[in-house]
Amino acid sequence: MAIEFQRNEGTLIIEAAERVDSTNAQRFLEDLDAAIEPTDQVVILDMEKLTYISSAGLRVVLQTAKTLQRQNSGFALCALSGTVREVFEISGFDQVIAIHPSQEEAISALKG
Amino acid sequence: MADTSGPYRILVVDDEPDLEPLVLQRMRRAIRSGRYQFVFAQNGVEALETLNQDDEIDMVLSDINMPQMDGLALLSHIPDVAPDIHAVIISAYGDMKNIRSAMNLGAFDFVTKPVDFDDLRITIERALSNLEAWREATASRERLVALENELDVANKMQQSILPTEFPKQPGFQIYGSMIPARVVGGDFFDVVYLDNGRIGLAVADVSDKGVPAALFMMASRTLLKSAAMGLKSPREVLTEVNDLLYDDNDAMMFVTLFYAVYDPATGEMTYANGGHNAPLIAHVDGTSTVLPGTNGIALGVMPGMDYDERTISISAGDTVVFYTDGVTEAVNEDGEEFGMDRLQRVFTGQPVQDAGAWTQAVFDAVNQFAGNTAQFDDITCLIFRRSET
Repeated sequence: MAIEFQRNEGTLIIEAAERVDSTNAQRFLEDLDAAIEPTDQVVILDMEKLTYISSAGLRVVLQTAKTLQRQNSGFALCALSGTVREVFEISGFDQVIAIHPSQEEAISALKG
Repeated sequence: MADTSGPYRILVVDDEPDLEPLVLQRMRRAIRSGRYQFVFAQNGVEALETLNQDDEIDMVLSDINMPQMDGLALLSHIPDVAPDIHAVIISAYGDMKNIRSAMNLGAFDFVTKPVDFDDLRITIERALSNLEAWREATASRERLVALENELDVANKMQQSILPTEFPKQPGFQIYGSMIPARVVGGDFFDVVYLDNGRIGLAVADVSDKGVPAALFMMASRTLLKSAAMGLKSPREVLTEVNDLLYDDNDAMMFVTLFYAVYDPATGEMTYANGGHNAPLIAHVDGTSTVLPGTNGIALGVMPGMDYDERTISISAGDTVVFYTDGVTEAVNEDGEEFGMDRLQRVFTGQPVQDAGAWTQAVFDAVNQFAGNTAQFDDITCLIFRRSET
């Protein structure tokens, strides 16, 4: 698991890579918490390079969504690969978290 | 170690009466600052009595040659009366034989006569610092043991709630089993006896692992059971369990849950799905299909969710395979996942077996596939088979 992030005019784009499972989910949460600032209006979690996410990882995404909801920030996922997308579809979380094909589409959807 | 800690209680043992005033004089700063407290004994017997009565003592500083009981004999008794303290001995200069004996008896260090108090201060600090580290390590170890016991309890709890007796009826068979991962996880399955001979079947997977997951699993299973008893339809059951789990769920735990009710009077199965892997249905002709999906999100995340339900007809000889992602996401040495296709192949073109044998066949296929790869998730399989006649 590795994350990289960049911030541009209140938009935070976080790219997650490799695997998130129960062995590193806690670190994933800590890394996301450290990256996100209260001033971020829009946060996009790019999962293009993520190859696997377990239910422990899904929980971290939900926790992040809840944190951002509390601070009134927009949140979306983008560029989910096949297996990762499947996990979101099976769990039904694609119904409660916005998912877009690309960063550009996520940004334009959230910024209106 | 911070110099502000203490006070440390040091027992000084010597038969020469002039050591006591000397120690009190030369160590007065450390005494006044509250770092050291000194107590004194004249020989080994007195020292042991003091150690027996005063369990605050951290360290013994003892002479070797003393009447009644000498320093070496005292050292040999210390582990029995005060196992968590350090001892430093005072010996005659060059008395290597006694120094070696003392070290072999467990002394932490030694100083020589005449006592150089600067050297003694350093020696005491070194002994206390080591003592702190040693006590900290002991405490960590005790915490670890306590935690392991806790995990063990959680593990047993998880296993103890799973059904081990399955209904024996002419119309159908049920068998289920779970192989827990090394770390306590959150899979469970259940068989619920409903009115008019109907049977409720549930398989579930709680997010994450560890004691919190085990507790959430217990809550999920209890809520499911009571909802299943009180409500008619699977969709109502899921809606209620979801809302109840959502309350006070700040940790954002969730459970994926598939719940089905089989009615032997009609041969129909009605099911609803809360974000769980869709079960497989293996037909008597050797083909298999995935149960048609229903919309539904994992439970505990969003209140007021609606769940769809579907009803399918189970033909004579059909086998319904409920499982958790520990089956389909088991990985082999090349990092490949077991997947749906391999699960389907377990049933494809195979002679029909009873529910218990099918369950074992699934576990065997997963184990064979995984090889030496460590199992990192619970593996659960619950099988329902309608009899052929």
